[in-house]
Amino acid sequence: MEEIKYNPTDFKSDQSVRWCPGCGDHAILNTLHKAMADVGVAPHMTAVISGIGCSSRLPYYMNTYGFHTIHGRAAAIATGLKVANPSLTVWQISGDGDGLAIGGNHFIHAVRRNVDINMLLFNNRIYGLTKGQYSPTSARGFVSKSSPYGTVEDPFIPAELVFGARGNFFARSIDVELNISREVMAQAALHKGASVVEILQNCVIFNHGIHNPITDKEVRADKTIHLRHGEKMLFGKEMNRGIVQDGFGLKAVTIGENGYTLEDVLVHDAHTKSNFLHQQLAMMDGEKLPVALGVIRDVDAPTYETGVSEQVDQVRAKKGFDTLRDMILAGDTWEVK
Amino acid sequence: MLEKTDVKVLDKVVIRFSGDSGDGMQLVGNIFTNVSAGVGNMVSTFPDYPAEIRAPQGSLSGVSGFQVSVGKGVHTPGDQCDVLVAMNPAALKQNIKFLKAGGVVIIDIDSFKEADLKKALFETDDAIKELGITSQVLDVPVTSMTKAALAESGMDNKSILKCRNIFALGLVCWLFDRPLEAAVKHIEKKFAKKPAVAEANIKVLNAGFDYGHNIHASVSTYRIETSDPRKGVYTDINGNTATAWGLIMASEKSGRPLFLGSYPITPATDILHELAKRKDLGVKAIQMEDEIAGICSAIGASYAGNLAVTSTSGPGLALKSEGLGLAVIAELPLVVIDVQRGGPSTGLPTKTEQTDLMQALYGRNGESPLAVVAASSPTDCFTMAFEACRIAIEHMTPVILLSDAFIGNGSSAWRVPEADEFPEIKPKFVPDNIKDGWKPYVRDEADLVRYWAIPGTEGLQHRLGGLEKDAVTSAISTDPVNHEKMVNIRREKIARIANDIPSLEVECNVGADTLLLGWGGTFGHLFTAAQELCQSGTEVAFAHFRYINPLPANTGEVLRRYKRVIVAELNTGMFADYLQSKYPEVHIDRINKIQGQPFSVAEVVSKVKHIITNA
Repeated sequence: MEEIKYNPTDFKSDQSVRWCPGCGDHAILNTLHKAMADVGVAPHMTAVISGIGCSSRLPYYMNTYGFHTIHGRAAAIATGLKVANPSLTVWQISGDGDGLAIGGNHFIHAVRRNVDINMLLFNNRIYGLTKGQYSPTSARGFVSKSSPYGTVEDPFIPAELVFGARGNFFARSIDVELNISREVMAQAALHKGASVVEILQNCVIFNHGIHNPITDKEVRADKTIHLRHGEKMLFGKEMNRGIVQDGFGLKAVTIGENGYTLEDVLVHDAHTKSNFLHQQLAMMDGEKLPVALGVIRDVDAPTYETGVSEQVDQVRAKKGFDTLRDMILAGDTWEVK
Repeated sequence: MLEKTDVKVLDKVVIRFSGDSGDGMQLVGNIFTNVSAGVGNMVSTFPDYPAEIRAPQGSLSGVSGFQVSVGKGVHTPGDQCDVLVAMNPAALKQNIKFLKAGGVVIIDIDSFKEADLKKALFETDDAIKELGITSQVLDVPVTSMTKAALAESGMDNKSILKCRNIFALGLVCWLFDRPLEAAVKHIEKKFAKKPAVAEANIKVLNAGFDYGHNIHASVSTYRIETSDPRKGVYTDINGNTATAWGLIMASEKSGRPLFLGSYPITPATDILHELAKRKDLGVKAIQMEDEIAGICSAIGASYAGNLAVTSTSGPGLALKSEGLGLAVIAELPLVVIDVQRGGPSTGLPTKTEQTDLMQALYGRNGESPLAVVAASSPTDCFTMAFEACRIAIEHMTPVILLSDAFIGNGSSAWRVPEADEFPEIKPKFVPDNIKDGWKPYVRDEADLVRYWAIPGTEGLQHRLGGLEKDAVTSAISTDPVNHEKMVNIRREKIARIANDIPSLEVECNVGADTLLLGWGGTFGHLFTAAQELCQSGTEVAFAHFRYINPLPANTGEVLRRYKRVIVAELNTGMFADYLQSKYPEVHIDRINKIQGQPFSVAEVVSKVKHIITNA
């Protein structure tokens, strides 16, 4: 059978895109169209499920099956969809408010169950659609309309939640890093199980520049690192800086300085089962260590929907019935003649 | 063996087993019910157990009861019992009010020692006198006889005491002429993995039976009439199991795989339990992280083309409201089962009420009409679960099925339907002839139902969502006129279901001036009350609603035929208000009870008489 090749436009709907000009979501949408074409699953075998918020408008711009649902519930709806029809490729689009505040419970449980959903988490650290309140990823002290004197709470770090929920796939990108986004989205789709992709996204209206300390062109090469499985953890404009192990922690070093050589630089292993180093990598925050982009963890584990289907098959093979009546007649009954 | 005894021939008898919640009263009640159903009796049961899993042993709050009515013409578990079995003083104190005048009490006299009486807050050492019991009391040394029967067994004391309930069962089997072989079969099955325990219990069962035989001179023995039901295969079924099986039948008849997304909640959890077992029939039943995820996973499965269901009770239905609204606007088939319990809030989790009616009808934001149906008895749960699925699939709408703790836990004998007894359910897939012009909100003009386009189908990709949609294309629309049009379409679509459900039927004295009305799980009590009223010279007509929204098309016409309509329900008048709002011209009187308990036939009879006399 000849394999059908898809173009990004095959995944694009005829609806005009309504996000604000300059919003990071435009870039993410276009990248997603490309990643879907790369993965090559037919539009009619693809479903995109979202909650509520700016990012959750995304399904309307897809020529796939799509469901723009209710606030926070996308993970639960996507779970039902995937269990009901495991042959579909299911994407979930959530923002930081939708996915981690009102939908936090569904998010961690979908990750824990390892439902094969590709979860794109658009993290702009603000509520945009309700016009500028702090979110569960806003930094302590963040001033917003609902925190005029600054917040007095610590934020979630999405990766930490994913690892806490025993997640097996975590990747990160930035809205403007088109190539990295495309690469991690495709890998998320290929991964069997819950895959979380955090995309640092800029809200041009209510939180403009929130990611600038790491995304500005002048600093990006030093403040971020693109991790690839099997490759040395190198970064910097000259690619002469690297991540090395330092006791129980990690350290950024410059090759050729203080006795460090290329040999000392860690090689990324996204597939190792232990999440200890993955978590350390994911927690690098751009201060002393660069923010990790790319696929940080990608480990095979049994998926939930397969488990459900296989259990049904096993039970049916062992003691299945064709009809309800057969099942009842095999139990306690009596006949009135 | 009964020839020499004084046998009373009764149409039906009511037995109430009561004891400590650890005494296994539910088990002996269930076995007795199954044995009775097996000899062809009609049966109806009412488990009455505390919300606490294990209250302090011997205390008043720890009493567990199981009432069963067996015989001919049985529609309810009975208001009061002919025989009360009380395993300890607390059970006697809590249950004596359920004993009929002239009934018989059986107590375990070994459990009426000073310490036992104290735990049940008796002030004297004579419980019978203190409670003013004048009925016949049978003092049976249940504990010591059980110990004696198992003296040679080598079992420890604690294990021996666990068999006391089966001694009582043996005695009751003797009293009611139940075949021991059937009871033995149930015990063997129950303890299949513990043959030694099974053997001990069978020994005790026989000991109890023999004890009854040996003392026959001191108690009248009943023989229960066998009913004459339709031919067929029967099984004993409770309402929650019947609900689960009705869903499976609908899945078979629609060809849609059955999906349940649920979360444990009393008294609905047994539906989840049963469907989790039914992987042997291909059911996918998953326990989600909360009530909201329960309904949301079901919505996802419905979008995927499954027959999708979520099961809950009142507090869970409250949490599912937003999800229901999404299913309303997305126009997806979805069945939500609410096994009602006492409210508000956590309320009375193990007790029955009909207080979720308004929540089911109106408990959502915006104009969000959906179909509501209600089951009238344990076995009717099967039919109405099937009907809820049929309406959901054929009319592309969420449907709420109202059951309740009384019918959900209560059981009766049920004839297993033949393969062709229930109709095919026809999903409204996108017809081939409109495939080109198809849009998500293109409708069948007759019933206003949109078509079900299943993900995975080539060419039918579409987007749904909770934002208001264009009446044809499903693109987001904030157009004021379009919104009003969509609100009206959604309402009219539900209203037209009335063309697809049975008419309201009137029973008893159809030509009387007074119509007694009920809905849902009160059918047994109300129907029996109506029959008793007619037999005792108070003429009433009787009708019972199982289709709540929309109401049967002839409802107004039926109501207007009567001078007086009396609505009896287990709330403060929700259905009466609902009917009154639709038919303001009808005079409605009300009978209400909000005690977490079902009606008693006697109270309904007396209240109807009172209303008619004082009219």
